[in-house]
Parts: sequence; structure tokens; C-alpha cells
Amino acid sequence: LHHDADFAGGGSEAVSEILAKYGFLIVPIVKVAILVFVVLTLDAYLTWLERKVIAHIQARWGPYRVGPHGLLQPLADGVKFILKEDPMPTGVDKKAYFFAPFLTLMLALTSLAVIPFGPDITIFGYTTNFGIADVNISLLVLFAITALGVYGIALAGWGSNSKYSLLGGLRSSAQMISYELALTLSVVGVLLIAGDFSLKHIVEKQAGDLGLLSWNIVGLSKGGGGFTQIIGCICFFIAAIAETNRVPFDLPEAESELVAGFHTEYASMKFAMFFIGEYTSMIAVSSLFTILFFGGWLSPFPASWILTHYLPSVMLVPLGLWVIFDGIRYETIFGRLILPGVGMVFTLLGVALFFSPTVNELIQGPFWFFAKVGAVLFFYIWMRATLPRFRYDQLMDFGWKFLLPVSIANVVLTSAVIMWRMK
Amino acid sequence: MSGVLVIFFLLAALAVLGAVSLILQSHPIHSALSLILVMVSLAGLYLLMGREFIAAVQIIVYGGAVMVLFIFVIMLLNAGVEERTNFSKLATFGGIPLALALGGIIAAAIARSTSQLPATGEAALSSTRKLSMLLFSEFVYPFELTSFLILVAILGAIVLAQREN
Repeated sequence: LHHDADFAGGGSEAVSEILAKYGFLIVPIVKVAILVFVVLTLDAYLTWLERKVIAHIQARWGPYRVGPHGLLQPLADGVKFILKEDPMPTGVDKKAYFFAPFLTLMLALTSLAVIPFGPDITIFGYTTNFGIADVNISLLVLFAITALGVYGIALAGWGSNSKYSLLGGLRSSAQMISYELALTLSVVGVLLIAGDFSLKHIVEKQAGDLGLLSWNIVGLSKGGGGFTQIIGCICFFIAAIAETNRVPFDLPEAESELVAGFHTEYASMKFAMFFIGEYTSMIAVSSLFTILFFGGWLSPFPASWILTHYLPSVMLVPLGLWVIFDGIRYETIFGRLILPGVGMVFTLLGVALFFSPTVNELIQGPFWFFAKVGAVLFFYIWMRATLPRFRYDQLMDFGWKFLLPVSIANVVLTSAVIMWRMK
Repeated sequence: MSGVLVIFFLLAALAVLGAVSLILQSHPIHSALSLILVMVSLAGLYLLMGREFIAAVQIIVYGGAVMVLFIFVIMLLNAGVEERTNFSKLATFGGIPLALALGGIIAAAIARSTSQLPATGEAALSSTRKLSMLLFSEFVYPFELTSFLILVAILGAIVLAQREN
């Protein structure tokens, strides 16, 4: 019995001992499991958010039937995808047809492995990076994965033995080749400032006493090493939308002309794999955008403003209270039970964060990172609800005759400024 | 060290497998896919030698840009399954002996070379920064000449495309 007190204290010691010994093996596996779970859930709720936001922009309600505010709609969609019949058209090229959705999903999920979601963390005396792999060429790895991403779509289009799919696949390959150049050149400015391919160092380089003014998009810092990358930022965002085949660059799957483009002939889980792949690459591109131009996990306030560290908890409490207030007068009994419960959890979490400074410090990085990524994703959806699709020749003209020269000009301008400062 | 060797033989086997499959596949798209496998395994081999920049560029340029263009052209032309002919006389009497001779010369060259490769990891070229320093100082003329060559190719493509108008 008298060992009980020791046990509680010895428990964490035992944990740190195990971590010191086998951490290199355990930690990555745990991180991969958590990341895949989080990202797949995020994908599912991104579809919900997209339908909801577009519906509200168009003065509709959006999903409302399954669960309160349609919150269980992704679950229903998932069940539907699994249970649906999976017919295969005749004359398909089997290798390409089966390989394409697998490749798309695999590459999209792999791209998340090199993204740092926060600064290094220390748990039980074991320091590790906040992400799966801390590679010193993480940006190049991401571009390599993007470069291979074309094959998923091209093979799906070619292997399906369908004219719509083939046209979608062709358009997509042409579009991705054209916009990849602008995408790569638009980050050269950031690379010149950071002098490093590592995404972690690119974020750390943007830290300064000026808060959000030190981020690459503004580029002010005390040392004067930065230079505004607003041109690169705009070029990158446009090229990134084209690379992920989203509106207004969604010609590969233009539903009014090509039925559904490259995935016309896919159903059930194989279609779901394309879908998850598209949303995952949206998250990856938004993360990269945040890291390169908006300071990654850095807070928009100067580090000396201690009070802003309580912002996550201060924001959680009113959110929770609002959900409770909304839930009490919800139409269905299920909603009246669930929503106040969820609101209660939010409120209590906010209060708990307020009174535990260590945990509060730990979530600062991820909080700001995901807040920024969320804002970028919202912008993506907003654009889909607002903009019409490009015509094919407009798309090519824009990519080659406007975006590419502008991003080259940005490279020249940034290097000139850096050269001038060095003198 | 044995772990590195295992990965090396795995990647080497994949590269050889891809190269053999490239020749044996009857459909152009399957051949192109096999070539991508070769490129990606080569990138893995470069990575194993600690040349991460070359590895990434191998995938971005060869695995990505060049091969996408191949696949794009094959799809655009809608090339069908190739017809397979039996060995022609030229292949039997010219090709096979020459291939054997080439293989023998390469094998002999590898067998005779005793010098060790420079140590991996923290070697002279390991970091991207050092590589670019070399490219823009010691090898600046070959580098610029190569870019000039590519420029000529681009101009040639534009001239060919404009000729019809």
C-alpha cells in the first residue's frame, strides 16, 4: 500500500524513461495515427462546412436533416459511400483505373507529413517536432508530391474508357503543368528571404517583435531582413487553387460540360478516395500558404503581449455559451439534448484552459495555425460560391501570360532588394 | 549499415524492375508509368546517398514535369497497344551481341574500380547551399551553357508552332 504514492510519481518517470528509449519508434506512430484521424475528420466536416457556407451565401439552409444543423451529415455520407454499389465500366484499363484513386489519396495524405503545425513540444522530457517529419527540404518534398499528383487525375481520366473522363484528365494535366511553374516561382521570394528549404525555419524566420507585421506578406522586421511578398502571395494562392482543381479553375471536373470530369466513371469508395484526396490537398495547400506568407503557427500579436495568450480560452467560452443558447430552443429534442452538451464541453474547456497555463502555452501554436488554415479554407469556399468558371483559353492565357511573368518579376524584385541591402 | 543496404537493394530492385517492365509492356502508358517508377526509385537512391536536393529535383523535374508531358502526349494522340514483332535479323545479329558487349564493358569497369565513393551524409556536396555555390562559381559556364541550350529548344518549339500561320 505504501508504494501507491510512489506509483503516481514514478508513473510519469517510467513514461519518460520508455520515451527516451523507444521514443523514436513510438512517437512517430502515435503522431501518424493522430494526424490521419484528425485530417480525415477535418475532411468530413470540411464538406459539411462547404455545403453550409455555400447554402447560406445563396440564401438556403444547406444540410439540416441529419443531426442538429446537419452535423451528422458527413457520417451519413460516409455510410452511403461504403454501402453503395461499385460498378466498373467495360473496357477500362484495370491497372490505371484501380491505381488512380489510391495514388491520389496516398499522395495527398503524404504531403501532410512534412508540414509543421506548431513549434517543438516537450512531453515527459521528450522533445519532438509538431508534425510527423522534420525534413530540411520539406518545401521541395511538397513540390515533388504536387508534381506526382497529376498522375492520379490523368490516369483516372485515361483509364476509365470514357470521353468525358479523358477530356477531364487531359485538361487537368495541361492545367497542372501550366500552373506548377507559377506555383514554384512564387515561393522563390520567400526562399530568398529565409535562405532555407525547411518550412520550420521559414516560420521561425518570420518571428519578430512586431507580430503580424513581421510575416512575409508584410515583411517588416527589426533587423530589416524581410521584404513584402504580397505579389508572391497572390500568385501562390491563384496557382494553388488551380493545382487543387477548385473553382474558378475546376475545368477538369466542370459538371455542366463533362458530367464530373475525370471521376465520372467512379462510384462508391473509389469516388470517396478522390473526394478525400481533393479535400486533403486543400488542407495541405492552405497549410503551406499559411506557413509561407502568414507566419505559420506564430501569433499575430507581439510576443510581449502576454494577455493575448488567453485568446483561445476567451474565444471558446462565448462560443460554448452561444451553442448552449442556440441548442435550448432547437426544433428537435435530439438537438435540444446534444447542442447544450457540446456547448457545455466548449465552455468548460475554455475555463480549464484559462486556469492551466502550461496547457494554454502548449496550444498557442496549433491554435493560431489552425485558425489561419481555417480562414484560408473559408476563403476557398467563399470563392467557390462567388466566382464563375474560366474558359479554357482564358485559363491558359492567364497562367502563361500573366501569372508566370508576374511571379518571375517578383523573384527579380526580391533579389534586387536583397542585393541592395547587402551593399 | 545493414538497414541502408536493405533499402538500397530494395530501391535498386524496383528501378531494375521498372526498367524491364518499361520494355516489356505493350501499352505506351504502362511503359511511361514504369519509367516513372524508375525515376522515383532513382530519387530514393540519391536520398540514400544524402543528396536530398538532387533527389527532390529528380522527382520534380523527371518524375513530374518530363513524364507528365510524355503521358499527356500519349493521351492526346490516343496511342493504342503496340504490335509486337519477332526478333528481326538486325536485332539477332547486331543488337544482342552489342548489348552483351556493352553489359560486359560496364561490368568490367565496375569490377575494376576499387576506389571508394566519397563518404555519404556530411560530404562536400551534402547541403543544398554548397551545391548552389559550386553551380554558380566553379561550374557557372556549363550551367549557363545548359540554360542557353534549353532557351534554344524553347525558341525552336515556338518557331515550329508559329510556322502554320
